[in-house]
Amino acid sequence: MENPNLPDEDAKRRYWRKNLTVLGILLSIWFAVSYGCGILFVEELDKVRLPGTGFKLGFWFAQQGSIYVFLVLIAIYVIVMNKLDRELLGGKSD
Amino acid sequence: MDVQTWTWILVGLTFSLYIGVAIWSRAGSTKDFYVAGGGVPSVANGMATAADWMSAASFISMAGIISFAGRDGSVYLMGWTGGYVLLALLLAPYLRRFGKFTVPDFIGDRYYSGWARFVALLCAIFVSFTYVAGQMRGVGIVFSRMLFGDMDTVLGMTPINAGVVIGMVVVLFYAVLGGMKGITYTQVAQYCVLIFAFMVPAIFLSIQMAGTPIPQLGFGGGNEGGYLLDQLDGLSKELGFAAYTEGQKSTTDVFFITAALMCGTAGLPHVIVRFYTVKKASAARSSALWALLFIAILYTTAPAISVFARTNLLKTVDNASYAEVPEWFKKWENVDLIQFDDKNGDGRIQYTGPNAAAMGLPANELTIDKDIMVLANPEIARLPNWVVALVAAGGLAAALSTAAGLLLVISTSVAHDMVKKTIAPIIGMQLTERGELIWARCAAAVAVVIAGYFGIKPPAFVAEVVAFAFGLAAASFFPAIILGIFSKRTTTAGAVSGMVAGLVFTASYIIWFKFISPQSNVEANWWLGISPEGIGTLGMVLNFVVAVLVSIATPRPPQEIRDLVDRVRLPRAAFGEEDSGPVDH
Repeated sequence: MENPNLPDEDAKRRYWRKNLTVLGILLSIWFAVSYGCGILFVEELDKVRLPGTGFKLGFWFAQQGSIYVFLVLIAIYVIVMNKLDRELLGGKSD
Repeated sequence: MDVQTWTWILVGLTFSLYIGVAIWSRAGSTKDFYVAGGGVPSVANGMATAADWMSAASFISMAGIISFAGRDGSVYLMGWTGGYVLLALLLAPYLRRFGKFTVPDFIGDRYYSGWARFVALLCAIFVSFTYVAGQMRGVGIVFSRMLFGDMDTVLGMTPINAGVVIGMVVVLFYAVLGGMKGITYTQVAQYCVLIFAFMVPAIFLSIQMAGTPIPQLGFGGGNEGGYLLDQLDGLSKELGFAAYTEGQKSTTDVFFITAALMCGTAGLPHVIVRFYTVKKASAARSSALWALLFIAILYTTAPAISVFARTNLLKTVDNASYAEVPEWFKKWENVDLIQFDDKNGDGRIQYTGPNAAAMGLPANELTIDKDIMVLANPEIARLPNWVVALVAAGGLAAALSTAAGLLLVISTSVAHDMVKKTIAPIIGMQLTERGELIWARCAAAVAVVIAGYFGIKPPAFVAEVVAFAFGLAAASFFPAIILGIFSKRTTTAGAVSGMVAGLVFTASYIIWFKFISPQSNVEANWWLGISPEGIGTLGMVLNFVVAVLVSIATPRPPQEIRDLVDRVRLPRAAFGEEDSGPVDH
């Protein structure tokens, strides 16, 4: 029973693919910032200081910066997904 | 007014507030009881999640642990916040759309197996009980140290036990009466209390030490002596400690511990269930954002407190004359949080680190409990009495809110997953809505009593196990849920064998190094240099690999399961359905 007001199979597939792309990008940043800057490359980054502060850059990422970035990542996801929801549902939100 | 009076006033006021909120928001139906009616606004749910998540350990112990561990303490900061990214992106919206009450519900339905539901149910109860015992103990500790400090017995019990009993009565009252609805709105109040209590001393300290009211900036700021972090590195090295901003743990181990904590956070049932309480999937995403925002306020302040407290401590105690130590020193010595042993008999305190002997410094004479960094911090910094008292109210709010959230998971698991979905069908019993609600209330009451018993008589393994609950959650639930959503091909056999493999591997490694052969628990013996704290990450990888391989070897799941996954992935409205909150079919 096809309802003409509902999105077709193609639109649903596109929605899910876009969701996966967004996830891939955001999770790469998540990994790069926390595991990259805060753990794997912390010694290299520690050679530089966050300008105007006593923070070594790697130490700052590990104890402050990564948490701020996590917040920004979730905020971006909320905005992007709300937009995708509206596209799929023709203006309505989920 | 003295500290004790202030403490009684503030604790009394906050407890009355919680009870008032609980009466106002008591539950009328199972939907109210399990998921607060499914209509909690995102911001309120975010606050409740934050209070649920931040336990006595986050409030009282974390800043202290970091101030002794320096940069290595980052594993907790990143580990316990980064998991929310996974929750918001990979779990919360889909589980919300699934539209049931519990994590075992999802596992049981997605993997079309009563056994899978039962295994998930046992894991949820086990993880929650180990966790909740620590919270009740935390309530007891705060009471005994801050309120019954000068008493030997209270109501015929030791002060710690009396504290546990008081905590039990309060939680019993609002968890049994209010269910998830009562707990959610009490947690909103508790969040406000705990964050205020945490921030006020931090702001005072930041002004004193770095001349700015924002601790996150004061942390990287300084005074006439230079940047605080540089001063602390210098002081630490002078006294034979490692430099504060340099790591001691291996990079591999830090990596694995952080990953285990992150994925474990995303797999803990009492955190996941919070996202079942909001109106719709988009609200689940935004409430994860609010939750992390509220958590981040405390988590970005904690490392600043660590630095302020550590610097203050080193400057205050080193080489101080024991006869002239400040009042707080004696007070905390009385409850054994500080121990002083004048080894060289010079009447002065020598506080030195592991490198002292090599540097020709005198041997260390001071043993300091890490909890003191938050509990005594306001006194060390000579802050007003009401600020000192505030810390007790905050610690209690943190412990009670987490305990209540966990107790709810236990009672839901028992009433809904065990009695209604597992036992009732077997014995052919029909359970009415009213009947189920009575079961849930009784289960909550029994769970409080058991938790209180563990708080009074903690089995030796509890403290050890809590730290590993994350590794176990990461190695069991996390992969099963992720695969359940993102791979339609994952079969019952795949998911169950993956969970068993991950759990057995992780638990064996932990049991070996912690209980059977604790003397061999050193880096040289660890597999690939991974400590028992970080092994959950490897268990998780094993779980994923086993689940995928076994799934490929077994027949694909039936069509209705693949349809179920499709519906979880897309907004309900795309199927022409209203999303009216969790429904019980």
